[in-house]
Amino acid sequence: MPAARRGPAYGLLDAGDLTDTSRRRFLVSGALMMGFAVTGKAWAQNKGRGEQPTLRAITPGGPEQGAAFQGFAPGGFIRIPREGKVSFIIPSVEMGQGIYTGEAMMMAEELELALEQIEVVHAPADEKLYSQPILKSQATGGSTSIRGAWKPMRQAAAAARTMLIAAAAERWRVAPDQCFADQGRVYCRTNGLSLPYGALVDAARGRPVPQEVPLKTPGQFKLIGRSKQRVDTPAKTNGTAVFGIDVQVPGMKVAALAMCPVQGGRVKAVQDRGVKQVPGVLGVLRIDDAVAVVADHFWAAQKGLQALDVEWDLGPLATLQSNHVRDRLVAAAENGKPVLGRSVGDADAALREAHSTVDARYDLPFLAHATMEPVNATVHVRPDGCDVWVGTQVPAAAQTRVAKAVGLPPERVFVHNQYLGGGFGRRLVPEHIVQAALFAKQVPFPLKVIQTREQDIRHDLFRPAYHDRLSMGLDAKGMPVVFTDRVTGGSVLADGSFLEEGLPEGTLDSDAVEGVAETPYAIPTVRVDWIHERSPVKVNWWRGVGPAANVHVLESFIDECAHAAGQDPVVYRLKMLRNNPRGRNVLKMAAREAKWGSSLPPRTARGVSLHQSFGSYVALICEAHVTPVGEIELRRLTAVADVGVAINPNSVIAQIEGGVIFGLSAALYNEITFTDGRVDQSNFNDYRQMRINEVPPFTVKLMESEAEPGGIGESGTVSAAPALGNAIFAATGIRLRSLPFRRQELMEKGAEKNIIAGTAAVAGLSAMLAGDAGEQA
Amino acid sequence: MIFNLQVNGTPRAVDVPADMPLLWVLRDVVGLMGTKYGCGIAQCGACTVHLDGKPVRSCVLPVSGVGTRAITTVEGVGETPQGKAVQEAWLAIEVIQCGYCQSGQIMSAAALLGRNPRPDDAAIDAAMAGNICRCGTYPRIRAAIKRAAGLPTEHV
Amino acid sequence: MRRWLRISLGILGILLVGAALFFFLPARLDPVQASVRQPRGAALIERGRYVATASDCVACHSVPGGRPYAGGLAFNLPFGTIFSSNITPDRQHGIGTWTDAEFVRAMRHGVDDQGRELYPAFPYTAYANLSTDDILALRAYLNTLEPVAKPVQANGLRFPFNQRYLMRAWKLLNAPQHPWQPDPQRSAEWNRGAYLVEGAGHCAECHTPRNFIYGLVRSQAYAGAVTQGWKAYNITSDPESGIGNWSVDELARYLGTGHAPGRGAASGSMGEAVSLSLSKLTPADLRAMAVYLRSLPPKNTEAAARVERNSPAMAASTLYSPGQAAAHGNMPGLRLYESACASCHGWNGEGVQSRYASLRGAQTVNDPEATNLIQVILRGTSIETQYGHATMPAFGASFSDAEVAALSNYVLQHFGNKRPSVTPERVARARAEGR
Ligand code: FES
Ligand code: FES
Repeated sequence: MPAARRGPAYGLLDAGDLTDTSRRRFLVSGALMMGFAVTGKAWAQNKGRGEQPTLRAITPGGPEQGAAFQGFAPGGFIRIPREGKVSFIIPSVEMGQGIYTGEAMMMAEELELALEQIEVVHAPADEKLYSQPILKSQATGGSTSIRGAWKPMRQAAAAARTMLIAAAAERWRVAPDQCFADQGRVYCRTNGLSLPYGALVDAARGRPVPQEVPLKTPGQFKLIGRSKQRVDTPAKTNGTAVFGIDVQVPGMKVAALAMCPVQGGRVKAVQDRGVKQVPGVLGVLRIDDAVAVVADHFWAAQKGLQALDVEWDLGPLATLQSNHVRDRLVAAAENGKPVLGRSVGDADAALREAHSTVDARYDLPFLAHATMEPVNATVHVRPDGCDVWVGTQVPAAAQTRVAKAVGLPPERVFVHNQYLGGGFGRRLVPEHIVQAALFAKQVPFPLKVIQTREQDIRHDLFRPAYHDRLSMGLDAKGMPVVFTDRVTGGSVLADGSFLEEGLPEGTLDSDAVEGVAETPYAIPTVRVDWIHERSPVKVNWWRGVGPAANVHVLESFIDECAHAAGQDPVVYRLKMLRNNPRGRNVLKMAAREAKWGSSLPPRTARGVSLHQSFGSYVALICEAHVTPVGEIELRRLTAVADVGVAINPNSVIAQIEGGVIFGLSAALYNEITFTDGRVDQSNFNDYRQMRINEVPPFTVKLMESEAEPGGIGESGTVSAAPALGNAIFAATGIRLRSLPFRRQELMEKGAEKNIIAGTAAVAGLSAMLAGDAGEQA
Repeated sequence: MIFNLQVNGTPRAVDVPADMPLLWVLRDVVGLMGTKYGCGIAQCGACTVHLDGKPVRSCVLPVSGVGTRAITTVEGVGETPQGKAVQEAWLAIEVIQCGYCQSGQIMSAAALLGRNPRPDDAAIDAAMAGNICRCGTYPRIRAAIKRAAGLPTEHV
Repeated sequence: MRRWLRISLGILGILLVGAALFFFLPARLDPVQASVRQPRGAALIERGRYVATASDCVACHSVPGGRPYAGGLAFNLPFGTIFSSNITPDRQHGIGTWTDAEFVRAMRHGVDDQGRELYPAFPYTAYANLSTDDILALRAYLNTLEPVAKPVQANGLRFPFNQRYLMRAWKLLNAPQHPWQPDPQRSAEWNRGAYLVEGAGHCAECHTPRNFIYGLVRSQAYAGAVTQGWKAYNITSDPESGIGNWSVDELARYLGTGHAPGRGAASGSMGEAVSLSLSKLTPADLRAMAVYLRSLPPKNTEAAARVERNSPAMAASTLYSPGQAAAHGNMPGLRLYESACASCHGWNGEGVQSRYASLRGAQTVNDPEATNLIQVILRGTSIETQYGHATMPAFGASFSDAEVAALSNYVLQHFGNKRPSVTPERVARARAEGR
């Protein structure tokens, strides 16, 4: 392994430096940890296991090596050594969202440390220790990390601080309330003495664990709410940060793969004559559905692949065509059996009685994740254990799945998590890690398996395709009185590889309706249901999960209703937000910031979206220009978010910027299609991404808030497509109801349409934005 | 074949096939992992390195095409004034998210400043549009380049 | 009256019999014999391999990712689809049971072992010019291939084109009636070049326009033609629209490497011909071909496509940055170029990544019809020679017609100083035509 990665002031500690708790140590100090439970459900507290958190030595050879940790380790997150920096063991994985810094700030806040005094460590796989309270597993996704960690992590740190203070107070023979902690030291108000934490660790270890520690209020925060430089970024500027693909272990070889072009196919025959003649190639390995060429380096392995001839049994999906998938979704929407998502009132009756109705159908494509770092894993299988070096969102699932694949008990599988070169949900499934393990178990040396960009895209597990049918009943003033949406599509839980037993008939996968079942708006009668049409290919969550699909449909449809009612889309929404002050405020502020209502050149217009997902509220206004031949040019982006307490505001803003751009890339360019079971897309030439020269000026504002922090990693993505689609409609009069937005269609329909662009200021708009007209409506 | 490379000022002799892309020579033979593989077809810029200060996509550059030109990677670019300025600006503006594309972004940006110390938006687009960032750090990249150039920035 | 009727019927009868004889009389099978100069053993196989390479058999008789020479490549012609045949020595699906005489007859006269007419997608009109020795050597080489038991897909031709016997009439009009003869007035080098260009190289198949029955228009030999959406350029010695101002060296270098400085790079099927065939020929043969091509009578076809060696926009740019006013008012085109193209091609025509990325002087960026420019953007191209390897990815799936048009116009203007004229409709047509 490369040496410790350190930034200038703080940074990552090599987990290898933190040696594991030895058996002896456990016996001596085990009792200490008993009952260290500040709250009943405290996360990463030992729940009576009487064991210190395990941080496996990173070198092969396992946990027995290395000396015991000499210090104070209250729970799974914190290690305070006698000398040097405090280590925070971060259970969430760092994939760009800044969670290492966010979670470190939460702990440092209560532990009274400056960020310069800490180091962060990737947590090892340990489902018992690091199961996250919202997802109930050791996983990072769904914008849940901050929400899940908010209380337990601060409590863990506060408890540790309390124990350190108690230890000092005892030493000085003063009452604990005469002491306080600051910047890694405990001070006494009365005698003026102070001691660094390191000097207190042995005493603190013996203290009883406090049962209840009050947490700071927002007014007392010193770190939280202030923009801090991230702990992981210095190493990412100079090439020293280690991503999964960068792992180098002694004796390691590299493999390139031939994978069955059709999902579910099998290797029939392998002709590998000539492969071994390629310089650097060591051999050819085979599993059920893939063949690996193993070599000294990736290039030789790829060269070897060219000499390889694999015959495939393509399996049942060899006739899969994209239009069949679409047809099946439409047919299921017609004939399938709906599962209720949410129902308020009698929707059918309300629709019959409505003054007018608006109906629409929307289509959403399969999507690949296309993280910048193609998937890869390095696995070393030995008779007595297995090391896995990988960047994964699900270390614990990787551990159990690999254990099964290589025939070892899970506790003999050591997952060494690395930085992730993007997650977006791609790394919520450990398929590729299992694949690497199946190859690695055939060789005695550590094997790094890298998928090419083409394989990463073609063999991804895709965001499901959806078909939506919506109806809105409007009253005489054009305001919604009843809303129905029938979502038809696959279920990630059931059609992916998450629930092996599938989803029992009639059970709701709430992800399928999230974002449309509960909306920010006051609509008296609602029915949202879902028809589970099994996806033919395996599917997976994608940044923004359910809301990324459903909010697009809802927010586009609300826009249609506003236009049908002849009302300004912002005003229309404000009227529906009368019971939702946070939603109303972000929308109003966004409209003001974006100068909503001011006039624009021809074929240029603004579109808006609003949603509350993952506990955060975001309004996005997108200004776009559509040329007569259908080219879409973004002119300005304005987002306003209320995320509750923003732990590290600059990181929150960065997440919204990045999330919106991620969502816009998909809305403009991305879909996965199949011809004869093969994915048509392959690389960035045909799975296109937005580039810097397409990104317009972008303003993000955060509302001041003391509410509990919401998730933020996916909110921007959810906002993106509808805001752009609504802008396109306003600029051209053309409503594109399927994603990605087809520029060809804009060109073909372009000329004849009425242009709504430059919507004149609606009467009362400015008053509404400035004042409280929303409440009166 | 033996190739005598100059990597970040250090001579490195490597024995590799002539058509092996410089990217894999750097990563798998020289052991410098900062230069990233993103696409392998010169579409993403993650593999950008400098040859005599000029940016190239190492994923499609056969090692035999390097010749005597000096190679600079992200591990060494901080030794150049532009590289240092870019790295500092990157941290000050907090550009980075997952970081995987950023070696390439930093190399492209440093090369831009090397030939154009005060780039305007058009020059930034021309130099940086070949670098994809899936995390969407583009607004900050633009701001950080301006900051590194000592120009006023709107962002943050 | 009845007599006239009888005479008419009689004439008709004779005509019918004649026609029947012409169309249905079994094809002749002449015995064949190699000359005394024909090498034996390994030398024979080697000679055959060279003929196979020069004839580029593998290009048509393989599918991407499939086994070489096992056939299956689709030719989408105006009359329907033809699939290339399996020419490995497999006894059931290949040509394992063919006699030498049958093989020679196929190469010369376009008739298979069963006596059925072959469609001229198989360029026997050119291969007829090969010597018997070369054909037999080729046969010997093909016999050494590993048999591939892969059946050939049936052609999908429309009536009447699916009536093979009609090809006899076509041949009468289009196939050379006499084997190629050297011109004693010319140098041995010229004659060798002519033999290669007119025979194995079958250059005219792409570079000579065709008439409505798909025959080559001999009067316009090598004046350039469009096949399956790609343009094979005018390669006559006309200095303006042909290769008249190329030196023999440049031409030979282009043939052998797919590139010559200041001339751009070969793409599409020419790139393929270079990769699979021309780059493997001896320098002497490449020179000979160049000498012969330089002697082709000039045909001035497209003055508007005159190659601009140093456009003002190129001159104003550096390798890494466009000059002022580089947008030419075409922002979408510029944006696409800087996103997807500039990191390889650069801005001043020199090419950043490889010689194959240089655009200066390339016909493709100077042809105002942008035929190949559009195709290469839509479908990408690749070339592999012992001098290097280069691939340009395809952008057809992610760029709209309007975007391809904008990008093409940008490139034409920047590198060729041509007025932008590509429309989205033009791109839509190119999508439909190309392969
Ligand atoms: S890896 Fe070289 S440009 Fe993408
Ligand atoms: S920072 Fe993640 S891809 Fe750019």
